[in-house]
Amino acid sequence: MKLGFSPADELFRQECADWLNGQMAGEFRDIKGVTKLTGSPERRKEWERQLAAHRWSCIGWPVEWGGRDATLAQQVIFAEEYARAGVPGRVNHIGIELAGPTILTFGTQEQKQRFLPDIAAGRTIFCQGFSEPNAGSDLASVRTKARLEGDEWVVNGQKIWTSLAHISDWIFVITRTREGSQGPKGLTFLMMPIDQPGIDIRGIRQINGDAEFNETFFTDARCPADSLIGAEGDGWRIAMGLLAFERGVSTLGQQMGFRNELDEIIAAAKANGAANDPLIRQRIAKAEIGLRLMRYGALRMLSQTDHSKIDGAALTYKIQWASWRRNLGELAMDVLGQGGEIGDQADYEWDTLPNLFLFSRSDTIYGGTNQIQRNLIAERGLGLPREPRGAA
Amino acid sequence: MEFAFTDEQQMIAETARAFFTEHATSARTRQAMAGDGIDRALWRAFCQELGLSGIGLPESAGGAGLGMVELAIVAEAAGAQVAALPMLGSLVQAGQAIAAGGSDAQRTTWLPALLSGDQIAGHLADGTLNAAGDRLTGGSRFVTHGASADLFLVTDGQRAWIVRADAPGVAVTAQTSMDQTRPMAHIVLTDAPGEALPDPAAALIAAHRAACIAIAAEALGGAQACLDRTVAYAQERVQFGRQIGSFQAYKHRLADMMIEIEQARSAVYWVACAVDEGADDAPLAIHAAKSFGADTYFRCAGDMIQLHGGIGFTWEHDAHLFFKRARSLQTMLGNGNGHREAIATMILGEAA
Repeated sequence: MKLGFSPADELFRQECADWLNGQMAGEFRDIKGVTKLTGSPERRKEWERQLAAHRWSCIGWPVEWGGRDATLAQQVIFAEEYARAGVPGRVNHIGIELAGPTILTFGTQEQKQRFLPDIAAGRTIFCQGFSEPNAGSDLASVRTKARLEGDEWVVNGQKIWTSLAHISDWIFVITRTREGSQGPKGLTFLMMPIDQPGIDIRGIRQINGDAEFNETFFTDARCPADSLIGAEGDGWRIAMGLLAFERGVSTLGQQMGFRNELDEIIAAAKANGAANDPLIRQRIAKAEIGLRLMRYGALRMLSQTDHSKIDGAALTYKIQWASWRRNLGELAMDVLGQGGEIGDQADYEWDTLPNLFLFSRSDTIYGGTNQIQRNLIAERGLGLPREPRGAA
Repeated sequence: MEFAFTDEQQMIAETARAFFTEHATSARTRQAMAGDGIDRALWRAFCQELGLSGIGLPESAGGAGLGMVELAIVAEAAGAQVAALPMLGSLVQAGQAIAAGGSDAQRTTWLPALLSGDQIAGHLADGTLNAAGDRLTGGSRFVTHGASADLFLVTDGQRAWIVRADAPGVAVTAQTSMDQTRPMAHIVLTDAPGEALPDPAAALIAAHRAACIAIAAEALGGAQACLDRTVAYAQERVQFGRQIGSFQAYKHRLADMMIEIEQARSAVYWVACAVDEGADDAPLAIHAAKSFGADTYFRCAGDMIQLHGGIGFTWEHDAHLFFKRARSLQTMLGNGNGHREAIATMILGEAA
């Protein structure tokens, strides 16, 4: 068991930091520190292409698909330095972290050739079409339909909460391809181009005033017959495999963002005297402990070599960070006091901390609510019996 | 970066777990509780047959030369069975202090006897201790396994001494202690002769950090046992025509235990690695692991009682052994608020 990084890894850390800091001080200084998911989309697409041009786009991927075959330690280091340098999040994170690995794992050689280089290069931005108005946490009850017509799939239905669909090029969707099928059976995983008459995207304004996600309507939308990943009816397995990729190295980069948020709270508490309140001090210490435990939990999860074992760190990570961040939002507001409830923009735009407070209410909902997470932990992690299900 | 057990560590963990599961049974622990809180046969077997007592102590001090990770592994396994052993006072506090801050003569005199289990040590901490040369006057009501100790590590926050239990001026009174697996004694020193450790700063640091790690690890093992035993109960107990573990209100509470425990596990192995590697974040990790580990254990032990219903409240069931041990670990070496305030001071500075 070892936490320290090797001298070679530390050299790599320096290389990453130098390059990233150089970019943020130079050509891309206008997007340094952008935290909003929807901020400066065009410049951030250019940034994706810049990363790819220097082979920093997806360093963990095989070299033949635009990666560097980077070791786990190197991926951890890059994710940490990326966030430390104040570089905005990847506008194509769905493509890089979900679609790409899914295609790498389950796709055909043709599909790899068609998609991977474009994802790595930032030419194809992906979004995800899983949730539906009546199938949020209960993914097995999706109703969007697809039928094969000649050499095309024809898709009808509706998805919701499709983050960044309005700036994406492709969407992957879970569809029902067998009439009358129920639950996880009869589902198929399709990749579809977004820019077509059959797909209509409508923004949803959210609690913080921003509109990063959308309702996406499919009316005889089309994609080629060979756009499915896996086989027809195999969509559930592919979707579950994809969700497993969410627990990857990116969590460590995400934590650096959390670090910046906590540091901002600490600075505010020192500046306005809240740092003298013994209860605030306790909560800041708890937040600090929680953040560190997330980091070491993530390193534990990444160091796990026996992937056949259900790993407790991985299983509990989502609810851990989501709950931590929601508490952080409340702590931020208690530190800021009433001033945190007043914005200084004419529009309904918020600084980092009030925005954190509002946005973090979604953390415990998306990607599986805290309640669903507890069910998963209890059933998969602890082997407890399933709650008896109602009739469909 | 490889934050997982090596094969050797995995082996130590399996050996320790098997040893304590087989020998530190409820019946034997309860027998020890009726006496002085030490299962002597278990302690002898642990020190001499299993040979794990030297873990965490340098080879130059007669130890096994392994580090805090291995110490944590062993403490976790012992904690899972609420084993009635003087490990904390003898090996962790006195052993670490003498190894780090003792003279060569003190090491050769005391360590072999502690490591073999032939002698038992307790830790007496008294911030207002009066030292006239090597004559000590003071005392503490909270010396763990103090009534069974052959020697005491005596500290006043700055200095450290070894005091023999049979020395003149040492009065020992056993006390009724809530946790009978680690009963406390009231020790009074009246002009008692002490043997000063030449490097007390090193002794105090080594003893304190190893004790915090051992406590956090013991708490982790205990908390996991509370969860495991409650999960087993949830699967066998049927009410309203269903296993009670199928009710969401029940399973969500068990899930919450697991979420806390997984964080406690990260805390324990983080602090153990950070100390072994001399990392910058080791001081913060010590406060984090002690407070988070002990608080997690207390919560899980309390939940264990609640989720067992009436049987969990009885003397017959083991839940109270965990609950009382958890309570004592929470208080020992400072409660969670104190450790969190120490972290707050690191981050925010002293409160104005």
